[in-house]
Amino acid sequence: MEMVKLTINGIEIEVPAGTTILKAAEQMGIKIPTLCFLEELSSVGACRMCVVEVKGARALVASCAAAVAPGMDVQTHSPAVMEARKMMLDLLVANHPLDCMTCEKMGDCNLAELCYEYGVKESIFKGDKHHYPIEMSNPFIVRDMNKCILCGRCVRACAEITGQDTIDFIYRGFNSKVAPFYDEELVESNCVYCGQCVSVCPTGALTERQMAGQGRRWEITKVKTTCPFCGTGCNFDLNVKDGKLIGVTSNSSAPVNGRALCIKGRFGWDFVNNENRLTTPLIKKDGKFVETSWEEALDLIAKSLKEIKEKNGPDSFAALSSARCTNEENYLVQKFTRAVMGTNNVDHCART
Amino acid sequence: MTNSINEITTDAQLMMLIGTNTTEAHPIIGYKMRQAKRNGAKLIVVDPRRIDLAEEADYWLRINSGTDIPFLNGLMHIIIKEGLYDKNFVETRCENFEALESTVKNYTPDYVSKLTGISEDDLYAVARLYATTDRAMLFYTLGITEHICGTQNVMSCANLAMLTGHLGRPGTGVNPIRGQNNVQGACDMGALPNVYSGYQPVINTDVRKKFEQAWGVSLPDKVGLMIPQMFDAANSGEVKAMYILGENPVLTDPNSNHIRKGLEKLDFLVVHELFLTETAEYADVILPAASFAETNGTFTSTERRVQRVREAIKPVPGRANWQAIMAMSDAMGYPMEYKDPEDVWNEMASLSPSMAGINYERLEEKGMQWPCPSLEHPGTPCLHGTTFSRGKGLFQAIDHIPPHEMPDEEYPFLLNTGRILQHYNVTTPYSMGIQSMWSEENSEVNPDDACKLGVENGDMIKVTSRRGSINARAKVTDRVPPGMIWMSFHYTASPTNAITSDGLDPITKTGEYKVAAVRIEKA
Repeated sequence: MEMVKLTINGIEIEVPAGTTILKAAEQMGIKIPTLCFLEELSSVGACRMCVVEVKGARALVASCAAAVAPGMDVQTHSPAVMEARKMMLDLLVANHPLDCMTCEKMGDCNLAELCYEYGVKESIFKGDKHHYPIEMSNPFIVRDMNKCILCGRCVRACAEITGQDTIDFIYRGFNSKVAPFYDEELVESNCVYCGQCVSVCPTGALTERQMAGQGRRWEITKVKTTCPFCGTGCNFDLNVKDGKLIGVTSNSSAPVNGRALCIKGRFGWDFVNNENRLTTPLIKKDGKFVETSWEEALDLIAKSLKEIKEKNGPDSFAALSSARCTNEENYLVQKFTRAVMGTNNVDHCART
Repeated sequence: MTNSINEITTDAQLMMLIGTNTTEAHPIIGYKMRQAKRNGAKLIVVDPRRIDLAEEADYWLRINSGTDIPFLNGLMHIIIKEGLYDKNFVETRCENFEALESTVKNYTPDYVSKLTGISEDDLYAVARLYATTDRAMLFYTLGITEHICGTQNVMSCANLAMLTGHLGRPGTGVNPIRGQNNVQGACDMGALPNVYSGYQPVINTDVRKKFEQAWGVSLPDKVGLMIPQMFDAANSGEVKAMYILGENPVLTDPNSNHIRKGLEKLDFLVVHELFLTETAEYADVILPAASFAETNGTFTSTERRVQRVREAIKPVPGRANWQAIMAMSDAMGYPMEYKDPEDVWNEMASLSPSMAGINYERLEEKGMQWPCPSLEHPGTPCLHGTTFSRGKGLFQAIDHIPPHEMPDEEYPFLLNTGRILQHYNVTTPYSMGIQSMWSEENSEVNPDDACKLGVENGDMIKVTSRRGSINARAKVTDRVPPGMIWMSFHYTASPTNAITSDGLDPITKTGEYKVAAVRIEKA
């Protein structure tokens, strides 16, 4: 592998050719701020937050998109760089609602984090602000384009991860906006509601509707688990607040799916909270189900199964286990059937 | 799957999909296929429906339903005739080539084209492309298995992959993408009538002795009943009691009237469920179940990857399912003493050589793919590297087997069924968000047929087979070819499986959900 030597902040480093300045700096433990950059997506250098000073270069360089070159002399936090980043944030904030106290993204907003780091409180620029209506016409994704900073992560996630190409930039200049074809709402588009766009949005422009008002990001406990729908084996984080499931978010460390999820995995979890869930054992009496205790239900099961087994033999019993349940539950069902009931009549829906 | 999902984007140069609507049924795998295609891999889609991936494909072969064997034989005919098969692989790794050769000899492009509806040009092009691409992955789903000849369809896929040496290396393989989250695991755990965990046969005396010793009981030595046989036996009165965990056969199994009658006849039925389902209505006792978010444990994915499931909230009914099953066993006088699901896993692994090296600690980060026989073993992303399970790969000479029931004068349409993107079997209708947007069946009807029937987009139609009638809304679309109606099976109001075929694969007892003859009228 061809190696390239360069200097970052006065320290020499050697990295494989083709490495970006951003990655080289990261290896040295230097954190360069980014907004439009995301590991899993192509780099476009759109937001200019990651600019660095390269000696001899005509202008500041976007480190997420520029590859290292031999002998490069890079400054990641020089006065010129700091000023440029601050100006960039200032310009973004000039047309960004500062309603952080009620914003769903508070606590997990990349823009707010950078403004905090760079001391940008409110913009020095006074000009027009957008007044787009907030799109709430689907049950999954809230689109508040007033908060969009046009970083294009959602556009790339839709094209590069899902391959659905539902959204792109439309209009020009100040009116530039991310939207489906014809500036329609998502419900009118070919959107598959995978929510990849939501998972990459660095601001409150795209948020999970189901999680709206359910809790602040820092109040949420995330529990990594495996999706209960199809056989792909996606991992994600269950979001829990005060013992209640309030949402699903991507966990980019997932071995198979990374950040990607589908509509069912990301938005179908709420069957867990459905008010029709059975919460107590039921026994049928005179054709009607009546509530009972676990003890009573288990006693009745044991009594009935013992009787039937004694009278008709073990093969008069059959168990249907479940391809939706865990391995451990399935193991116990087949053990129960074989060891306790004495029959091999156990199957599950693999064949149906 | 013989291979791993991520090989789609890292290794595959070609993907051939037969009977898998991947972007809807397994979206993340479908998205990866689309990525791979856009990065230069070739894509061949074999499907009667114009599914989303057909739009991206280099070749979309609109195959006639139920003609997979002639199609695959036809490809092999061309590959052998043109000398494009992997002679080294066939000689060193396989046997019975002569039988295959003499059978596929009869499947000339002309004959196959007539049966399958695929042009001879496309047959030649696809045969050559698949055979001459070094790393080609073959994928299928229920479009292959849900036929009376499902087993032979699968064997034909294996024949083609073996013939071309597309096995045992990254970016190749025969890759069935499995349906439910843990259908692989349920099989691995021995929730099958013929094997214990790790596919150890119940009729093998040594195996049985091992389990008898571990469990401290004597065990039955004859193979048990498969699901359709269970319901036959319930109907005939031989099976008198059932326990059903987390399944709703009334909606999901074919020919559901037969299922309902069987459940009615039982003396005693326990259903262990999240909701009061159509099946639970028949129960004598219902135990409330805990969902995946309320339990610790593991699922095993289609690529044999065992991964952790973690408890995020307390079980809504007060007990996790493993605890409820233990309690049932205790009440029956056989105490089970596991302190947690990890304990259950460890007992299973100690008895199952193919999973002996997997424990919760090793699963923590990325899961592990079995076979994994020891704690030192890294797991197996790609099967059949140097040898097959039985030693040499056995070619099977297979002839065309037409569907159990084909359209005729009285029932002139072919009913095909499957899943849609937004729903997963019969659980997602309990998701408020999903149900609010996709609340009812939209049966796909071809515009030509709609025109003849006087049916417009959104009209209610009555669909009738020899087994019953259901009503559903019609969606007029050229996704389906003329003569076909396609329906999902997610909705209680349009229970498609009341009318699906009663034809079964005699070996696996899998229903022929993909082909039934029906009549359509405006409702």
